[in-house]
Amino acid sequence: MSVILEADNLVKHFRTGGGLFSKAGRVRAVDGVSLRIEVGETFAIVGESGCGKSTLARLLMRLLDPTAGEVSFDGQQVTRARGKALSTLRRDVQFIFQDPFSSLNPRLSVGRLVGEPLEVHAPEMGRSERREKVAELLRQVGLRPEYADRYPHEFSGGQRQRIGIARALATGPRLIIGDEPVSALDVSVQAQVVNLLADLGRDLGLTLILIAHDLAVIRHMSDRVAVMYLGRIVEQTTTDALFEAPRHPYTRALLDAVPDLDDRGGATRARIEGEMPSPAAPPPGCTFHTRCPHAQALCREKVPMLEAAADGHATACHFWREIEATPRVASRRIRSDAAHARLNLYRRATEGAEIIPVATNGRPSKSPDNREEDT
Amino acid sequence: MLSDLTWTNLALVQVSQKEIALLHKDANDVLMALGDFRLRFRGQDACVIDGVDLSVARGEVLCIVGESGCGKSVTAMALMGLLPSGSAEISSGTLRFDGETVDLTRDRLSSERRGGAMAMIFQEPMTSLNPAFRIGDQIAESVLQHRGGSKEQARDRTLEMLRRVGLPSPEARLRQFPHQLSGGQRQRVMIAMALANDPKLLIADEPTTALDVTIQAQILELIRDLQRERGTGTILITHDLGVVAEIADTVAVMYGGQMVERGPVAQIFDDPQHPYTIGLMESVPRLSGERARLTTIEGSVPSIDKMPEGCRFRTRCAFAVAACAERPALRDVTPGHAAACHFVPLEQHLRVAV
Ligand SMILES: Nc1ncnc2c1ncn2[C@@H]1O[C@H](COP(=O)(O)OP(=O)(O)O)[C@@H](O)[C@H]1O
Ligand SMILES: Nc1ncnc2c1ncn2[C@@H]1O[C@H](COP(=O)(O)OP(=O)(O)O)[C@@H](O)[C@H]1O
Ligand code: SF4
Ligand code: SF4
Ligand SMILES: [Mg+2]
Ligand SMILES: [Mg+2]
Repeated sequence: MSVILEADNLVKHFRTGGGLFSKAGRVRAVDGVSLRIEVGETFAIVGESGCGKSTLARLLMRLLDPTAGEVSFDGQQVTRARGKALSTLRRDVQFIFQDPFSSLNPRLSVGRLVGEPLEVHAPEMGRSERREKVAELLRQVGLRPEYADRYPHEFSGGQRQRIGIARALATGPRLIIGDEPVSALDVSVQAQVVNLLADLGRDLGLTLILIAHDLAVIRHMSDRVAVMYLGRIVEQTTTDALFEAPRHPYTRALLDAVPDLDDRGGATRARIEGEMPSPAAPPPGCTFHTRCPHAQALCREKVPMLEAAADGHATACHFWREIEATPRVASRRIRSDAAHARLNLYRRATEGAEIIPVATNGRPSKSPDNREEDT
Repeated sequence: MLSDLTWTNLALVQVSQKEIALLHKDANDVLMALGDFRLRFRGQDACVIDGVDLSVARGEVLCIVGESGCGKSVTAMALMGLLPSGSAEISSGTLRFDGETVDLTRDRLSSERRGGAMAMIFQEPMTSLNPAFRIGDQIAESVLQHRGGSKEQARDRTLEMLRRVGLPSPEARLRQFPHQLSGGQRQRVMIAMALANDPKLLIADEPTTALDVTIQAQILELIRDLQRERGTGTILITHDLGVVAEIADTVAVMYGGQMVERGPVAQIFDDPQHPYTIGLMESVPRLSGERARLTTIEGSVPSIDKMPEGCRFRTRCAFAVAACAERPALRDVTPGHAAACHFVPLEQHLRVAV
């Protein structure tokens, strides 16, 4: 496997305050993160709000300059890129935001918005050629090409995210960084966009860095996961290993906290106390020790390094070997045969199977034209 | 030592006893009942809430679940009497609450009950907290208004509540302003304020949606503990099926301002009947099991001016036929578990053509 993006000990501290009532301080938003992203994989970054995910994403794309550390894309240094090198980077690495339109001009038509990156990165393209390309991009994300003439406010959340994805695809990127790309969507629409991203990743051979706080979405979409807490990665491994055998107490706490609709008696789960401390004043030693049920004296003094075990599974905890695995106890749902048959029927129907009444052989008078089109 | 299996069985037994009790919800236990509620906003053709019935018994947690725009908040605001009468037209609806009957087409809940016997918490705590006042004063003020008594008593009650909701160093917090607290702490303060007057019905509108999961788990547990301690009837509104599975006794699934399915929590999840309920459940990515392609519901919720007649789900339903232009009644499938679809139970009426 070849590495497409590499980050080495990235640090980003923001200076704050220094006003009338507050002392000048430093927010340690990202505090020493190293990553190697492989071609074609989906790499997820998860953690609670304020742990530094978005800052890290911006550093990787060089929308922010790091306080320290290096990023390289395809073997080229990103951190000091300018001129042609920076322009190539902008073409090869694209971003998808939670709300793609928060940063875009609402007075531009969808066609202009999706075509804009082409104007920059493919200036040789003529007008009609660009229009054709925009139509193709819209089709690719499941939208009608006619939408090019409409304006963002005319679209639902799911459609907007599709437009954002079309715009990100315009330059033919090799790496896409999605910062909470499906977090704001309702679940039925979220599922459509999750499937779309999976299809595009496969069809276009894209590498995807997915930032999210929803663990189930991450489990569904990613190959590997890094868990962040207060600016650092505390655990990193394959998705299967992380969900089946989490090692860091914080990862376990996160997993335990997720309400699970498959669990019949969820009320009695383990739970951690307190909140994530401010990154302006992170606790000494292991920054998780203020909430960790396993914390010992050493944890308050010595920072645990992120170390990979023989199996490649990396954990930043002094005691992960000693801490007994406590898998989440779930009482699974028991469904009747009838319920299984019903769910199966639903699945078949959504896959396009023809559904007919049980009693007769006649076709139902299904009128496909009353369907709204996708999203 | 009890094995895991025994624990599991015990949990199942407990759940089903509560379910049985709720099924036989006797008329005296019903705390709040909303009947045939219809509401439209001025200038719109179709009703935003299209004939909804709800009821909550003492000690029951009813979860209302559905995608954004399906009318959850509007329903909650209408119960509380918080909708602006200028823009919301209520064409039908009777609210029975704690011995009082209100014709919602003409009246609203009396203001002494609002915030007293019926209290509400919101997704965004600043909806009910005033940024300009110290949190201690805000809660004490509400206590004085609804329970009377002396200032000292109100202050003691405030402190007791802040302690009960697990706010760290509550004495010091009394004098702080809302912006000095974190999001999770503000949520605790709002819960303290809502519960300070011992409401009989608590309405919580997406109380944990803006919070991180570890904080969400804490707040859900707090709501559940307080609700059990006091037997408060609770309506919890959420779009998160995981939260529903975790906290609900009974569930109402809404789509486009119509109630499409209703029943005890175990039946809704083990034996979902309505195509929309099934579609919602199947589109949620899971924490365990196979990582297969997600099943989806096609399209999105139409805007109110494009809402179809009859079953409002029919523009997206994989089973829709012409007959669905007629509105299906919400009918019992098993006692206490009802769904509004012409073809329920689906597996008995429909099959895949071979
Ligand atoms: N431009 C900035 N100036 C000061 N602090 C910032 C800035 N951007 C982010 N932060 C702080 O850095 C921390 C990490 O933020 P962010 O990367 O947005 O976290 P996440 O995306 O995980 O929620 C937070 O405490 C945030 O307040
Ligand atoms: N004040 C209002 N005026 C007009 N329409 C409104 C108003 N408040 C809500 N709506 C509409 O009513 C519908 C239901 O909204 P709401 O109850 O907030 O949905 P939910 O809480 O389920 O997301 C939506 O279509 C919304 O746009
Ligand atoms: S190093 Fe100590 S405090 Fe940190 S996670 Fe491990 S046991 Fe907990
Ligand atoms: S009534 Fe028709 S459209 Fe509505 S849920 Fe049932 S099959 Fe679908
Ligand atoms: Mg972020
Ligand atoms: Mg709402």
